[in-house]
Amino acid sequence: MTLNQAVVAVDKLNKTFGKVVAIEEVSFAINRGEVVGLLGANGAGKSTTIQILLGLISPTSGSLSIFGLDPWKERVNVLERCNFSSAYVALPYNLKVIENLDVFAQLYGVPNRKAKIASLLELFEVGHLASKLTGGLSSGESTRVNLCKALLNDPEFLLLDEPTASLDPDIADKVRKLLAQVQKERGMTVLYTSHNMKDVQELCDRVLFLHKGKIIAEGTSAEILTQFGQASLEEVFIHIARDQVLAPAEEKP
Amino acid sequence: MSTSSQLGLLVRPSRVRGLCSRYFYIYTRSGFRVLDIVFWPVMDLVVWGFVAKYFMRLDTTTSATAAAASATAGGASAGGAITFLIGAIIFFNILYRAQQSISVSFLEDLWSRNLLNIFVAPITVAEFVAATYVVGIAQIAVVSTLMSVLAYFLYTFNILTLSFALIPLFLNLLVMGWSLGMMTTALVFRFGHQAEALAWAVPFLIQPVSAVFYPVSVLPTWLQPVAYLVPATYVFEGMRHVLAGQGEINRYLLIASALNVLYFVLVSFFFGGMLNNARERGALAKLVV
Ligand SMILES: Nc1ncnc2c1ncn2[C@@H]1O[C@H](COP(=O)(O)OP(=O)(O)OP(=O)(O)O)[C@@H](O)[C@H]1O
Ligand SMILES: [Mg+2]
Repeated sequence: MTLNQAVVAVDKLNKTFGKVVAIEEVSFAINRGEVVGLLGANGAGKSTTIQILLGLISPTSGSLSIFGLDPWKERVNVLERCNFSSAYVALPYNLKVIENLDVFAQLYGVPNRKAKIASLLELFEVGHLASKLTGGLSSGESTRVNLCKALLNDPEFLLLDEPTASLDPDIADKVRKLLAQVQKERGMTVLYTSHNMKDVQELCDRVLFLHKGKIIAEGTSAEILTQFGQASLEEVFIHIARDQVLAPAEEKP
Repeated sequence: MSTSSQLGLLVRPSRVRGLCSRYFYIYTRSGFRVLDIVFWPVMDLVVWGFVAKYFMRLDTTTSATAAAASATAGGASAGGAITFLIGAIIFFNILYRAQQSISVSFLEDLWSRNLLNIFVAPITVAEFVAATYVVGIAQIAVVSTLMSVLAYFLYTFNILTLSFALIPLFLNLLVMGWSLGMMTTALVFRFGHQAEALAWAVPFLIQPVSAVFYPVSVLPTWLQPVAYLVPATYVFEGMRHVLAGQGEINRYLLIASALNVLYFVLVSFFFGGMLNNARERGALAKLVV
């Protein structure tokens, strides 16, 4: 495994929706095995950035590469090695948990599907839900099942858009530790958005702060705290979100 | 990799099988889903078949001479009418099912918020569409067989009298249904939830100008050119032609196939274009929430 090799390189990415500038001149790189947190207020451009990386939204301008490949030209080859989960997606409600995971295991070409699914369900402590209909799960349960789906193909690059949004503090803590464990074991590269600063502080090696579509701060949690002279990421967040100088009035988030 | 993978045209059987397996799971468990596919066409067949039988009786009792006259005119007798009607009901269901298999599978992923999972999975658009084709063909095979058997026992309608014409007629309906399904799906990409109703409406919007239950000649003159642009028109005209024992229908099949190929190509471009447009507008995620 070569460290310091950029898994993701984003250069001067712009996206406008009509008159709305969602992201502006966004550039960053993520190295192999690194966990990067993407922070910012509602409407800052986090989901837009993640969805551009996943090929769900086409950028207005700028370039990006994942694993050194152009994800628009080599969509399938790139997506095979990535995965994604978010609080705003779900698996079909009319299939059992195990059936849904089996479908996606096939789509990702997972060898030894049954064993892989069983081990992930065990890991996230949802083994007992295997033959339950997905539509009948609580939101915390379905979040964990979604994470099982996101890890089916042992992704080299995992994109998570507010994956823990609906978890109770106990489960959120467990999930955070599990993600950290899986990430370390596999040297997985992760891009993570969350409004939960504890998640970010605990999981992320590095943080990118987006504000009105621009990256305005970047570094380790400690570096960011020093840069803004604040005691916690939460205070930095509030400081940035309310800073009228950094945030020329445009339109509401 | 290749240009075909760039265009999303690559199809690997293992992934298509994966996509199909979810329908297998749904249909083997949920009797209601199977019933939904079988129930309406069978009801159509039963109700309209008996209505036609009744008309036939009225026809023979009230004006035997008129019936005899129309019978000698060839094909358009009351007995012919019921045969045509049964054939039309079975055939129209093929078109409808083919269209539904695409647009409804897409809408189901949309409603269950699974669409993004599908779009970030390493599958091509062609694989997604191919899976809906396979599922559609399976549904059509089951329902058409059932309807044909029922029609034989209830009305002594034998679909096999269509003999060699059966397969090309069937294929033309299938392809036209797919084109309609891709078109309605593309419209949902473009217009979102407000276009959803089209998924059910489009086949019936086209039905009046498809010569399904009556020949084009019945339509007002100004509407006839429209009917001649619809591939299904030639299929249903051709079906009646064969059922009435009026010989080969190569010309009908040729025109239907040519139109189908043309529309299929156009619709594929439209579908790809609307998908790219949705990516530009960031609509794939917004359709979901
Ligand atoms: N499809 C779209 N069409 C129009 N505007 C959009 C679209 N998607 C996002 N936007 C706008 O782009 C900006 C960035 O949105 P984005 O969803 O990326 O924010 P976010 O950082 O993920 O916010 P949140 O924390 O609320 O999830 C917002 O102003 C939003 O209104
Ligand atoms: Mg977001």
